Amino acid sequence: MEELNLFVKSIFIDNMIFAYFLGMCSFLAVSKNVKTAFGLGIAVTFMLVVTMPINYMLDKYVLQPGALSWASDSLANVDLSFLGLIMFIAVIASGTQLVEMAVEKFSPSLYASLGIFLPLIAVNCAILGGALFMQQKEFPNAWTATVYGAGSGIGWLLAIVGLAAIREKIAYSNVPKPLRGIGITFIITGLMGIAFMSFLGIKL
Amino acid sequence: MISKKSKEAFFNPLSKDNPVLVQILGICSTLAVTASLEPAIVMGISVIVVMALSNVIISLIRNTIPTTIRIIVQLVVVAALVICVQQFLVAYDYDVSKQLSVFIGLIITNCILMGRLEAFALNNGPWPSFLDGIGNGLGYTIILVIVAAVRELFGSGSLLGFQVIPQWCYDHGYENNGLMILPPMALITVACIIWVHRARNPELMDN
Repeated sequence: MEELNLFVKSIFIDNMIFAYFLGMCSFLAVSKNVKTAFGLGIAVTFMLVVTMPINYMLDKYVLQPGALSWASDSLANVDLSFLGLIMFIAVIASGTQLVEMAVEKFSPSLYASLGIFLPLIAVNCAILGGALFMQQKEFPNAWTATVYGAGSGIGWLLAIVGLAAIREKIAYSNVPKPLRGIGITFIITGLMGIAFMSFLGIKL
Repeated sequence: MISKKSKEAFFNPLSKDNPVLVQILGICSTLAVTASLEPAIVMGISVIVVMALSNVIISLIRNTIPTTIRIIVQLVVVAALVICVQQFLVAYDYDVSKQLSVFIGLIITNCILMGRLEAFALNNGPWPSFLDGIGNGLGYTIILVIVAAVRELFGSGSLLGFQVIPQWCYDHGYENNGLMILPPMALITVACIIWVHRARNPELMDN
């Protein structure tokens, strides 16, 4: 039950885009049509689900103060937490590389449809941000962290598909000239954010 | 020392080629840390430092990095610099570092850094790269400061924590606009800045 609450919460209430603005660059750049937006959303969700438990294990058994005590008693006082950032980004970058190679080998059609977005995921802030929030929230086990990753990814997917659908329609509207393109996209995202805030009052 | 090219590298990002308004890079942090002025300024300075140093380092080793693994090399250089900045902040300005929480760490994935490393530092010498880094960092900081000033002024009636709107305004029924503190208003503030900027620079408009 705990996990289900966390899942729903990370999709709607702690939405990566509307509550924390993570992964904004690709969110704005790749939301011109629904199909590519959906592909990128799936890729991001997948990377979050894969990297979250790995980073959780790393954090719990290597990085935290005293985490190395399982190896030997003399290491019990070692605190490696300052290395967190570099470890997480290495996991994410190499994970992206691996996933890219695996997808290319086993499913060339999916590889072709995702194209350049796969390697770009390494620098998507939503994934590193997910890892950092996971560290802050101090989940009890790796399974909870994975659920959190899946929820955040699906929240991101929902947001980008929604924005892409609105942008496809807005092509027919008469927007003031200086606002066309990126300006109006910012305003739409802002309004969507306000709409998502109505979930804030929900207690789970 | 200051050739035309270096001059362009430094001054273009301030307005005509601004990383936030024109290149649309580094949006995440622009929006997330601008609820009040102090963290925005700290964030801006951190980005300038990381950016200038990483540009110089990558530009110095640009001929020895194999192109296939350059992204990982760049990420590692940036991550090492960000860790230094983070430790420095925790040591000397703990409150602000708590407020910025994960966003200092997220400088690593700030697209301005990767964008400039890829587009400029990989093809240019250390000195122009240094200027490019400082210029883009400043361009980013200017937007950050404007957005944060607007949001803090209307949202809490203060600037840098000092009360700016006098008490008699409140006595006569003025209220702080709580909406300005909330995240979505950051997007709308940036949209207004883009609107003004494009209206003044018609060559940037989309058709």
